[in-house]
Amino acid sequence: MGYTKRFDGRKFDELREVEAKVGIIPRADGSAMFRIGKTVALAAVYGPKELYPRFMQNPQQGILRCSYNMMPFSSKGERVRPGQNRRAKEISYVTEKALRPVVDLSQFPNAVVDVFIELPQTDAGTRCAGITAAAMALADAGLTMKDLVCSVAVGNIDGTIVTDLMYDEEAYKDGPVADIPIAMIPSTGEITLLQLDGEISKDLLVKAIREAKAACLKINQIQRQALKQKYVK
Amino acid sequence: MGLLVQEKDIVVPGEEVADGMDYLPSTGTYRDKEKVVSNRLGLVQINGRAIKIVPLTGRYLPKVGDTIIGKVVDVMMSGWRIDTNSAYTAMLSLAEASSDFIPKNANLTKYYGIGDYISCKISNVTSQMLIDISMRGPGLRKLTGGRIISVLPTKVPRIIGTQGSMVSMIKQATNTRIMVGQNGIVHISGDRIEDELLTIKTIRMVEENSHITGLTDMISKFLEEQTRGK
Amino acid sequence: MLNFLAQGRRLDGRNKDEFRKIEITPNISVNAEGSAGVKIGETEVYAGVKMSVDKPYPDIPDEGVLMTGAELYPLSSPEFEPGPPSIQGIELARVIDRGIREAGAINTKELCIRAGEKVWMVMVDIVTINDAGNLFDASGIAAGVALKNAVFPKIENDIVEYGTKTDKKLPLKELPVSITVIKIGEHYLVDPTTEEEKMLDARLTVAVRGDGAICAMQKGGNMPVTEEDISAMVDLAMEKAKEVRGMLP
Repeated sequence: MGYTKRFDGRKFDELREVEAKVGIIPRADGSAMFRIGKTVALAAVYGPKELYPRFMQNPQQGILRCSYNMMPFSSKGERVRPGQNRRAKEISYVTEKALRPVVDLSQFPNAVVDVFIELPQTDAGTRCAGITAAAMALADAGLTMKDLVCSVAVGNIDGTIVTDLMYDEEAYKDGPVADIPIAMIPSTGEITLLQLDGEISKDLLVKAIREAKAACLKINQIQRQALKQKYVK
Repeated sequence: MGLLVQEKDIVVPGEEVADGMDYLPSTGTYRDKEKVVSNRLGLVQINGRAIKIVPLTGRYLPKVGDTIIGKVVDVMMSGWRIDTNSAYTAMLSLAEASSDFIPKNANLTKYYGIGDYISCKISNVTSQMLIDISMRGPGLRKLTGGRIISVLPTKVPRIIGTQGSMVSMIKQATNTRIMVGQNGIVHISGDRIEDELLTIKTIRMVEENSHITGLTDMISKFLEEQTRGK
Repeated sequence: MLNFLAQGRRLDGRNKDEFRKIEITPNISVNAEGSAGVKIGETEVYAGVKMSVDKPYPDIPDEGVLMTGAELYPLSSPEFEPGPPSIQGIELARVIDRGIREAGAINTKELCIRAGEKVWMVMVDIVTINDAGNLFDASGIAAGVALKNAVFPKIENDIVEYGTKTDKKLPLKELPVSITVIKIGEHYLVDPTTEEEKMLDARLTVAVRGDGAICAMQKGGNMPVTEEDISAMVDLAMEKAKEVRGMLP
């Protein structure tokens, strides 16, 4: 019969409740929190700073390094063992690729900017929340960026395109599901993160990407407000 | 069409500040076809047709001629490595370390040891961001006593004020000695802890309210209230 | 710094025996069986409890296990490096673990499901969010509050159903309060900032039970301490432990 009503009663293109805050970690050069539903991401930026060992340096421009990690008690299931597993390493890597295109590090040869993303609680969409938080943290660190990056997961649940999947939807059993995390540069509509697992037709994929873009623009507004709020009393 | 923001508005990366060719991008903005877009988190400043963004945050970028406060992080054969509170460390060579002559095989830690703070001037910055500094000049020295705080480098001009007016006002009211490095490192020393704490509180206030008009009045009123009856 | 300490004051204006403001937020993570965030001044840590069902250790077949881990996240300080746990992180975890264990905080026999076969494993993880000094005391408080608000998840045929929480709390007896006192020159300070920690000669963490008994200690720092030092530092720790205990939810 298809997926006609969402588990939490949301409209198909509706985001969960979102909340953003900038400047949450005083020791960091830039930091931010982003919550979407029950998924919370914290991001801290350190740098630019000189990169060691020297052979890793790029004399043309600075490099960006991202690290994604789930806190041991953050998962719906068992405890997550400390130390990055293969999943966390891959997500760190695609996060870096998602953010790198907007950050201008040409003023910082041989230097590195470190981004640390930590998740205290998770309910799907963690890499997207991490990217959204990290983009705010990078802006808060005062880096030159042609735009922010905003990110959301969209999906196909039994023929219906939905925005911002929660865990129960990812785990839908009665039909095919596709989970598609997407990150976008809002001003250009260019996509910097695209992953998919599951099952979807080409036509539905195109529709899903369109929905993701619309949702990303909403998230972008939240990011902008949060960045400004740090300075407006 | 035209200007989409006002003077002193806070903008974020990716935010359109003007539409059409009447306005020109300056520092902190770029042109994207018909639009002028911000690429920093900062305050809008409009100079005629040029739109500039004055950053609200960000690390210090070393510039030749700046007087900064650095921290000794390494003592080497031929000089000292200095943390500049920027992305890069700087080199202080023997010849530039003092107005006095330092013999070749002197024990360098006798002059400056790891952890010491010094005031110094940036004498050279290469394209690869190799930085040389010098301590030959009036007022450049090792900083002893007192304490170090760091402020946002982008706020240093407001903390110093027009021709040093702000910092002089704070010094006078709090009875402390203050030295502000262009790199956002500030050395404060007073005889009483209350004086130093008031200085820090005042500097933080300038930092937080740097984009507000009437800042000087606000600070002068605050200092008056705080020091009344003392 | 020593100059001002001689006048009885610290760089931030506090008295030597004065804590910064302590803020406790229970339940910072919905998926943990129990959790808490603790701020002391700008220092912030999270602690979360996760429970699982496993085989008991052969030497204690009828007892469950309580373990504490800690991670110094590079997110929380420019001085923490990514990678395997540093010795500082390991020491922090062990000191908090010992405090909880030796206070007899939990009745591990009640964590037994079937002797020799299945018992509850309770894991407390502490992670740092912002390091502005005194991670030890913040971690101890966070771990304690997380354990206090933890509830068992449902189990069905020895399989944990993590989504479903019961209203059954952990069989807690008594939680310690750990207080760290540092020595700089001839001065004893509580709740040190990062700056003060860098200058410390010695450090003593004292875990104190509700009845005032001491149940664990750890001396740190590079300088030795005298009997008089220990006596004075323990007195101060016990006094502060009482004060902090009064603030706990």
